[in-house]
Amino acid sequence: MHGNTAQQGQKTKFREIFMDGIYRINPITIQVLGICSALAVTVRVDNAAVMGGAVIFVSIFSNLIVSLLRKIIPLRIRMITEVAIIATFVIVFDQFLKAYYWEMSKQLGPYVALIITNCIVMGRAEAFAIQNPPLQSVFDGIANGVGYTIVLVLIALVREIIGSGSLTIFGIQILSLLELGYTKNLIFVLGPGAFFTTGFLMWVLNALNRNGEEEK
Amino acid sequence: MNSTSLMVIFVGSIFTNNILFASFLVMCSFLVCSNKIDTAIGLGSAVTFVMVTTTAINYLVYHYILLPLGLEFLSYIIFIAIIAAFVQFVEMFVERFSPDLYYALGIFLPLITVNCAILGVSLFMVLRNYNFLQSTVFGLGGGLGWALAIMLMAGLREKMGYSNVPKPLKGAAIIMLVTGVLAMSFMGFSGMISM
Repeated sequence: MHGNTAQQGQKTKFREIFMDGIYRINPITIQVLGICSALAVTVRVDNAAVMGGAVIFVSIFSNLIVSLLRKIIPLRIRMITEVAIIATFVIVFDQFLKAYYWEMSKQLGPYVALIITNCIVMGRAEAFAIQNPPLQSVFDGIANGVGYTIVLVLIALVREIIGSGSLTIFGIQILSLLELGYTKNLIFVLGPGAFFTTGFLMWVLNALNRNGEEEK
Repeated sequence: MNSTSLMVIFVGSIFTNNILFASFLVMCSFLVCSNKIDTAIGLGSAVTFVMVTTTAINYLVYHYILLPLGLEFLSYIIFIAIIAAFVQFVEMFVERFSPDLYYALGIFLPLITVNCAILGVSLFMVLRNYNFLQSTVFGLGGGLGWALAIMLMAGLREKMGYSNVPKPLKGAAIIMLVTGVLAMSFMGFSGMISM
């Protein structure tokens, strides 16, 4: 009986962690972390997806390692230790991309490396993994990574469709508005479009969140 | 070797390829620290200073230590370690020799370590194959460009305090939209110089 309730408690805890990362405290729209890369790589959907994959990979493994080491890391130097751990996994991912997907690696440019200073990964290591056991930390890494990826892909969808009038995911063309006489809207490919799209997305999500919570 | 002239790199990195509006770096501290002009000036100058010096140091380390040893893949971790160490050093130095400056800049210095623009500029310098002088000028232009952007934004936000922003738009959302408009005006410079 006792074991059963404990297990249930565990389960709801995992669900909490998951919902937190994906929706309630979504890294980009609510915590406003990791915006830099969200804006830079969302010109095309596949770039956004690969970038999301990179963040999921890095946040899972860095959370795991930080959490395993959490009792050994001295408090004073924990930041630099976390940075070193994160950088290690970023380098692993970057080398993998360079070896197998050279084109993609060239398009993402320095932004894969910039995951090191991405506040999401750092923030999760600092706020969650350093105080929680490994399994929860891994879940937290997955949840935040997935939450980040969803937002990234959403922004990229809007920008690719409006900006280049077509949608091509990993070489397969899904949608083309150009044949219907659509004119490309270059603003959405360039900087300003990224800011507008993200701003509007935050607006919509904030409005939805507020409806659920009731006005305060 | 990249043969872009120094002047082009300097003006280009401030206006046409502004590190914030075109490369989207340092959004985090841009969003948090842009509510007062004084804060923006302090942070802007601290970032510019650290950016110029770390870009120069990273250039030397990359070309004279990492490349000859074939350790390019370690560059990220070395760059970030150099930046962190340098920031720490500057903090201690300023605290010891100029307490006034320390109180003015002090709180911003630790923030700079995780500032993605500093790392970003070092990475761009490697990607674009700049030589030593070009890298330093690029670091200076990038820093000034960012300082310009955050000061503009701080000015706008001080004015925005008096206006009536719809509730769901408050906070980051309205800043994103305003930044979008700012970025559009910066696009006006893009015909001037191409990098």
